[in-house]
Amino acid sequence: MTDRPPNEPAGARFREFQDRVDQAVGQRQHGRGRGHDGEQLTVPVADFTSYYGRPVLKPPVWKHDIAGYLFTGGLAAGGALIGAGAQLTGRPGLRQVGRWTALGGVTASAYLLVHDLGRPARFHHMLRVAKLTSPMSVGTWILTAFGPAAGVAAIAELAPRLPEHGLLGFVRRLAPTVGDVAGLASAVTAPALATYTGVLLSDTAVPAWHEAYPFMPFVFGGSALAAAAGVGLIAAPTAQTAPLRRLAVVASTIKYLGGRRMERMGLVGEPYRQGRSGRLVRAGDVLLGVGTVAALFSRRSRVLSALSGAALVASSVATRFGVFEAGMASARDPKYTVVPQRERRDRREGRSPAEKGT
Amino acid sequence: MPHANALYGPLDPAPDAGYENAPPRMGFFTDTSVCIGCKACEVACKEWNGVPESGLDLLGMSYDNTGALTANSWRHVAFVEQPRRAGLATPAFEQNPDGPAISPATAALGALTSVDTGTNPGLPTGSPGAAARMSAGPQPEFLGMPGAQPPGRGTGVEERTDFRWLMMSDVCKHCTHAACLDVCPTGSLFRTEFGSVVVQEDICNGCGYCISACPYGVIDQRKDDGRAWKCTLCYDRLGAGMTPACAQACPTESIQYGPLEELRERAATRVATLRGRGVPEARLYGDDPNDGVGGDGAFFLLLDEPEVYGLPPDPVVTTRDLPAMWKRAGLAALAMTAATVFAFVGGRR
Repeated sequence: MTDRPPNEPAGARFREFQDRVDQAVGQRQHGRGRGHDGEQLTVPVADFTSYYGRPVLKPPVWKHDIAGYLFTGGLAAGGALIGAGAQLTGRPGLRQVGRWTALGGVTASAYLLVHDLGRPARFHHMLRVAKLTSPMSVGTWILTAFGPAAGVAAIAELAPRLPEHGLLGFVRRLAPTVGDVAGLASAVTAPALATYTGVLLSDTAVPAWHEAYPFMPFVFGGSALAAAAGVGLIAAPTAQTAPLRRLAVVASTIKYLGGRRMERMGLVGEPYRQGRSGRLVRAGDVLLGVGTVAALFSRRSRVLSALSGAALVASSVATRFGVFEAGMASARDPKYTVVPQRERRDRREGRSPAEKGT
Repeated sequence: MPHANALYGPLDPAPDAGYENAPPRMGFFTDTSVCIGCKACEVACKEWNGVPESGLDLLGMSYDNTGALTANSWRHVAFVEQPRRAGLATPAFEQNPDGPAISPATAALGALTSVDTGTNPGLPTGSPGAAARMSAGPQPEFLGMPGAQPPGRGTGVEERTDFRWLMMSDVCKHCTHAACLDVCPTGSLFRTEFGSVVVQEDICNGCGYCISACPYGVIDQRKDDGRAWKCTLCYDRLGAGMTPACAQACPTESIQYGPLEELRERAATRVATLRGRGVPEARLYGDDPNDGVGGDGAFFLLLDEPEVYGLPPDPVVTTRDLPAMWKRAGLAALAMTAATVFAFVGGRR
């Protein structure tokens, strides 16, 4: 696809047309199967039509902010869960890392979400309503519950820096309890934060996203835990990271099983296997495998721990951007809209796919 | 609590949205068999609703230089040129040097043009192959390439084709189950007492969710103000008992406005008439309350497959599956919790 500048002289465009036609003819003569978009002009790859070949759907207008948010939101949720786990099992170093991850992730998320709006100054209009039919509305309220709790839990970690006497001394003594309650509150909302984003993407007309609805929350949930475990492996004291290794294994398993089903969805799942989105998804899978295996062997090595953690974090980034890009590709190519819908309609009406007309 | 058809199935949307004594549901029936492609609907819509300019350029898509429904084009007249076998004893244009029509090849070129519509995503480019098949129409094997020679030289009369021109004024479908409305997180999109779907521009914050949710690719975002815009079925005119601007301007009554029930009856009669007159390809699109979106408030009479006009062949409102989606998310959330519990208590410390 070419994004041409607007109002380009008509002559230049005509020459480009001519080049493309010549190219398509030349490629057909050489018997190579790749014309525009891997499709030859004269040999139908799949028998589908659309109005001037253009997308039936409007591709999402979400920018990479949203792909980034899928990552940071998941990271925040994973961080909160790890923080709570560490809190309840007496691992203060890991608890701190978990809580700071949660706060960092949710702060970045808030920024990215507001920044992506067409009218950022009106972000608070999200708080006018609560709608179960709008995953974005549900997500807004999940973030509204999670964010402050994660913030209080993380800031409570600063209490030891306060003076021991006076009013601040009182705050210092109170902080751990408040932090613990807030930490648990954030952990309660965390799984919803990490998995609702799967519904957010699935509840669209974008074929690759919508059809993946049974699997996407698992992919996102697993990826969220893996990313947060990765940050823990990088930043937490090695003596306290044993749970993270177990967590990485389970999280990778959840993500892998969900992702495998998603990638095998047939025609609609093609963007998860092909093109730039496919490469990103595959990179996510590979990094997840490498990171998980490295994590298992990193018990004694701080360096290997950090490297495995970095791989897990990178895997989550690649997965989120891959899924995001797959949706874009899926909405941009009318094939993914028209072919499955025609097949569904023909099946229902008992028509053979080749038959045209009513 | 919501009833069985709240998300899917036949429904009268205005009473469902809470209106008491709602007026009958109003809508459009666009009969493409009498559309002459004058674009008076596009102009009238822009004039009445103050819709901004949407880029002025030649797109090479027959007479369509609008390209698509966007935030800056709430009516869009589609033009499709299709060569057809003449089916006459005397070949078409017998005395003239005409060869096979080049419509499919020009359509393929038209797929690659674009113009800055001032909106996002606006008018994305398309796939030339699919465009050629669109124009090839009911003869999929026929995909002529522009020749180096003048048309007709070196080809016999049997290669000559007749030609048909499909024109269709597209518009927001005002679905019974409108995905855009369902997913809007601000309540900016709402259901009117007439059953139509309208964006409140003072509420919309440009989140873009409606754009990804629309199964017809109708709603779109203006770049300069960041908000989503689409056809309002002239809500302001309806309230005053007037006809929407496009229907008012249509010189051939291709766009008919009225109570939806009445329009559906009229459309069924029209299809029967056309088929009786030897137009077997005439069909209705979006008239069935049992379809994937519960029937469209704006439905069409088409003369080819829906996708030829840029319409999805079998759209389903995405929120039909929403309960199942939340269920899966709930399961995934439980799996996350279980994974964390296992990690922290499952092994040695």
